[in-house]
Amino acid sequence: MSPALLEVDALVAGYTGPVVGPVSFRVDGGEIVGLAGSNGSGKSTILGAIIGTARVFSGDVRRREGLRVAIQSQSPVRLAEMPITGLDFLRITGADRHAVPPPLQPLLGKRLDLLSGGQYQLMNVWACLGCAAELVLLDEPTNNMDPRATSSLLDVLRASRENGRGVLVISHEHDFLAEVCNRLVEVRP
Amino acid sequence: MSLDQIFDRIFLLPFLNGLVLAVLLPVLGVWIRLRDEWLAALGLAQVSAAGVVLGAIVAEPGMLVALGAAAVAAAAKAFLGRAGNDSYAVMILLGWSAALIGASVTAHGDELGRALVQGQLYFTGAGHLEGVLALGVVSAALLPWLSPRLLLGRFFPDHFRANGVPNPHHDLAFDVLAAVTLALAATAVGVMAAFALVFVPPWVAFRFARGWRLTLVWAAGLGLAAYLVAFVAAIRLDQPFGPVLVAVLLLVALLRVLHRG
Repeated sequence: MSPALLEVDALVAGYTGPVVGPVSFRVDGGEIVGLAGSNGSGKSTILGAIIGTARVFSGDVRRREGLRVAIQSQSPVRLAEMPITGLDFLRITGADRHAVPPPLQPLLGKRLDLLSGGQYQLMNVWACLGCAAELVLLDEPTNNMDPRATSSLLDVLRASRENGRGVLVISHEHDFLAEVCNRLVEVRP
Repeated sequence: MSLDQIFDRIFLLPFLNGLVLAVLLPVLGVWIRLRDEWLAALGLAQVSAAGVVLGAIVAEPGMLVALGAAAVAAAAKAFLGRAGNDSYAVMILLGWSAALIGASVTAHGDELGRALVQGQLYFTGAGHLEGVLALGVVSAALLPWLSPRLLLGRFFPDHFRANGVPNPHHDLAFDVLAAVTLALAATAVGVMAAFALVFVPPWVAFRFARGWRLTLVWAAGLGLAAYLVAFVAAIRLDQPFGPVLVAVLLLVALLRVLHRG
């Protein structure tokens, strides 16, 4: 078996004290793994342990050496005034502007502060999925999305399987994860 | 006084000094505004002013002490992390208090203190211009490298940590660049005028501009236009440069009100 992009082994993580775990899973190239669980179950804490913002109490987080990671946070940074167009935004992560999903194409010339919450969220997700990262971490990507935007997100995620990168998706929406993920990991506090 | 006299040799060096700063400060201000740290600019300018006064007291070149004080302030800001407006407010109060107490100690310090309030652009010379031009060259070389990193760090705050770089150097590099520029600017145009150049043009540009590069162009253009008007107006009206520049920039700020987005 080729080395995983990310391997989490019996991880117990938290902040001042343990919040979640033990939990184990791996993410390989070309697959989408979902972390499912209710709000407050500790899913984002696992993500924090992976990127180093939460404390690892026991267990192990192993990343392939030199792994390039893109991360979309649960609450994207949204300034009151953002004189940055969609195209500018994609340039920030180096996301492919030619393969932009159809719902985002008319938004490329618009300022980000003129986008709806769902449009901005989808732009954030594409900025991560469309860049050169080998592992993409998405934390609650369906936040602020209406059914149409969620449908676009599903298309984008399905298409991302083909380029060989690994995706770890965190969501409290079980049906969404079941529809797009190769494997699901249930997280309980 | 005629316009010919204004652009006479006597005023050429001060004019060029201010010209570079009038473009550089608003451009840096765009990133400072993006980082929501515009209050830090006033803190750094105020600490630099205290450094100038301190330099006068210890008989060292004021500008060098101001640069040192600004660099220390930038390092302190980096050490505190993104502590936000509370720590910047402390910097402002500390700089203001130190500058005025220092100014009261010596007659020369008092004179410098007044100059930092009013701006002494017309008395800057070749030494100051060398510093400003060097800063312009460094900024032109550094900003293309800094810009994508600052944008990435702003919109994807966990990106660098997730990629194994918990304390990226670009934040400190930008802070030091901004601090040194503000220190030089405070000694040329005064504390409040330096702050106004960092604050107002980006504030207006953020409302108008349709794109990041246009934001930079708008900010630089507004800063430059305000500077040219203020330079001529201050001489012709025989008024101190700093307050005149701030007044012109406040008129520029009205564009925000007039613009319907």
